[in-house]
Amino acid sequence: MNIQKDNTFRTLTFGLFIVLVFGFFATDWLRFLVQMSLSTFLVVLGVMLQMRAGLVSFGQGLFYCLGAYIAGMAGYFFGITDVFILILAGMAGSILLSVILGFLMVRFREIFYANFSLALSMILYGLLVKAEILGSTDGFNVPPSTFIGLAPKGDTLKITVFVLTCLIVYIVSVVLNRYLNSTYGYMGDAIRQNEIRVEYLGASVHRVIHRIYVIAAAISGIGGVLTAIAVGHVDPDLAYWTTSGEFVFVALLSGTANVMAPLVGTFLLELLRTYAFEYSPYTWQLILGVTMLMVILFLPNGIWSIGAKRRAGN
Amino acid sequence: MTKFLAILIDGSIYASWLFLMGLGMTLIYGVMRILNIAHGSLYALGAYTSVSLIGFYYATGTNPPMLGYAMLPLAAIAVGLIAGVLIERGILRFMYGSDEVVMLLVTYSVFLILEDIAKLIWGVDPYFAYQPYGLLGTVEILNLIYPVYDFLLIATSLVCAAFVWWGLNKTRVGKLLIAVIHDREMSMALGINVKIFFMVTFIIGATFGALGGAVTAPKVSVVPGLGVEVIVLAFAVVVIGGLGSIEGAMIGSAIVGIVRAAAVHILPEVELFVIYGVMALVLAFKPSGLFAGPEVRKI
Amino acid sequence: MTTILETSNLSIQFGAVVGASEISVAVNKGEVIGIIGANGAGKTTFVNLVTGYLKPSVGIIRYMGRDITALKPRKITDLGIRRSFQIPQLFSEMTALENIMTAQSLAPKVSRSFWMPLLQSDTVNRALDSLKLFGIAEIANQKVSLLPQGIRKILDIAMATVGNPQLVMLDEPTSGVSAEEKFDIMDILMDAFAKQEVTVMFIEHDMELVERYAIRVLAFYNGTVIADDNTQKALADSQVREYVVGKELHRTNFS
Repeated sequence: MNIQKDNTFRTLTFGLFIVLVFGFFATDWLRFLVQMSLSTFLVVLGVMLQMRAGLVSFGQGLFYCLGAYIAGMAGYFFGITDVFILILAGMAGSILLSVILGFLMVRFREIFYANFSLALSMILYGLLVKAEILGSTDGFNVPPSTFIGLAPKGDTLKITVFVLTCLIVYIVSVVLNRYLNSTYGYMGDAIRQNEIRVEYLGASVHRVIHRIYVIAAAISGIGGVLTAIAVGHVDPDLAYWTTSGEFVFVALLSGTANVMAPLVGTFLLELLRTYAFEYSPYTWQLILGVTMLMVILFLPNGIWSIGAKRRAGN
Repeated sequence: MTKFLAILIDGSIYASWLFLMGLGMTLIYGVMRILNIAHGSLYALGAYTSVSLIGFYYATGTNPPMLGYAMLPLAAIAVGLIAGVLIERGILRFMYGSDEVVMLLVTYSVFLILEDIAKLIWGVDPYFAYQPYGLLGTVEILNLIYPVYDFLLIATSLVCAAFVWWGLNKTRVGKLLIAVIHDREMSMALGINVKIFFMVTFIIGATFGALGGAVTAPKVSVVPGLGVEVIVLAFAVVVIGGLGSIEGAMIGSAIVGIVRAAAVHILPEVELFVIYGVMALVLAFKPSGLFAGPEVRKI
Repeated sequence: MTTILETSNLSIQFGAVVGASEISVAVNKGEVIGIIGANGAGKTTFVNLVTGYLKPSVGIIRYMGRDITALKPRKITDLGIRRSFQIPQLFSEMTALENIMTAQSLAPKVSRSFWMPLLQSDTVNRALDSLKLFGIAEIANQKVSLLPQGIRKILDIAMATVGNPQLVMLDEPTSGVSAEEKFDIMDILMDAFAKQEVTVMFIEHDMELVERYAIRVLAFYNGTVIADDNTQKALADSQVREYVVGKELHRTNFS
């Protein structure tokens, strides 16, 4: 019996080299675009993880924004700019919040889960908008990052942050891929397909969902920190429902088959967004909505499924 | 004593507003099993349309002022018919029978689309239409001053509640609708034209949603993003009462309305959390809401 | 004879419908019991109660002396009780092989891993062995949503037997299975169970199967147990004849 070898690790490693090389030679603008799509990619992975368990998160922006603001506040108010500390802090904050909220979320499915996640992210948005000390709707700036005592400037800083982003995203992807192929990873899919059976086989559905929720929150938090560092600014829009909608959009477009799927999706999103806003600022949501409908109607397994069918056919 | 009265009146006003928003959503869910996330944008479209119609009506200055109130239901019906038909016939009907989560994503996409359509038609600047609000003046109750318009809001939601109750319980069509709510397949087998019921229900639900927006418009500045708060609140109210239950929506609105008013007067900082707190509390004990129907056996 | 399962006064109501009424039954280790009754008599409800899917309004369930009444299905699985379902409960998008592998990986006392892939040669082989035992190895790589009902039923039972259970409750194990295969399947199942000294309770409508494999019969009607006796006596009971079996011209009468 042939077991299909999982090529993901090889592809990811190869991809890492390509992106790093590309980063050295690309223009500032293009490199920044790739960097942004990489941090967004992490949040999409969070959405995807929940989707595999049959749960749609319309409010992943909650943890994305939380991570970003933690990084921002640490730098702005406490002068902490070390990248590694910021990432750990963002992750820790997201994990703490998601562990607590998870007890509530695991009781819900489908529409309840989706709406609750939307509501929670909008609560954060409301809180941040009211917070004068945090700049309210304007947000505030994030001081430049340092790397264990080293404080590069200018182009060196940009390249260093880029390399760091690539490495972190690579590590997260590899680990997540391993996880999804493991027993625990299969549980998420099993829950989506038949919860009752999973309980009867001896696994706690609540615990599995809680775990998934926390992992998704953690990587979204990391994504938030990376965004804060890349952009140098945070504002409440990170928690607004339309931001969360973009993550759902990419997850839907890419499908949930493989961790690599959203990579292309996020890059296309960032590219599309740049041009859409330049030429027609009031139609971004329209484009997203229409594309989502098309995908739901014609490509229910996302764009990844097109390639998958061809590979299986061979 | 005054505080207690204030909480009661404020609570009733807020509850009426919540009920108007939740009514359409719970009706559509009860009949079609679709949670319409786009409900928020129907509300927004109702608000924008009402503002435009009011502006148009009072612009000439020659029309009898009191008749301006007719613009509100007019706006609601216009949005309900146009948007309702377009959404139901144009998109939803291809997706009947799909997974609830898929339907959720579909209505979410519609929400995104309608948000931008509102921007394209009306732009991003705020709109005001104060005439219906100002014309009625204020009234004083025990040292508390309230705009009379707010009581019009209460009256409107009571009328809507009565209309729905009468429609469901006293008309033949209403009885058929209840049959469809309870068992879609059986209704089809008995010859009820479920497709038409779906379309009409969606239009009515959309109209109620738009009415909520139309009636609120004179009180606020109408800006993009008006709709998203509505979805979250309407969902909370509807879930507390039990999805699909009209009485539930009424009780849910009343509870949330009073509790929120109490929070605003006693401890304003917790206002945001209070609504979700009530929701979480109710769901912890009754996961399907207060008036939900019995669970169907799966195995 | 040790009592492995005991229920006393088990009752539950669904609105106005009596799902179970004062069910008191004692099952001994190693017994094979057939549960019979018309549709809606409360057979599946009984299984749902014992396995923790439903909570009784009155009554106690004891397993090996331990009170398991309030436990969830997950805990009950851990303790060694398994069940199969009337409507096969499978993972619809996975293949038959993946279904068994998932079941095996989730079995109690099997170590679960975050890191090691599920699809490895030893897990795959173990799953294939299980499928071979039930004679469905050919369809290992087919998606279960495409399999015929009878094979889905068998797969459902295979998943239920994972992990050395001590008490197995089968809900209509041969419904949907073709007539020629019914005896073959039951032979395989009962042989395997007997070898491992598993106590079996199976719901069946086919009386030939009940006669052949069950040494004892529980007959249900309207939520109550109307007969609890060895097979011959139970099937001859007048109430059982009236409400369940009917007066039959039995095949063996013509020998």
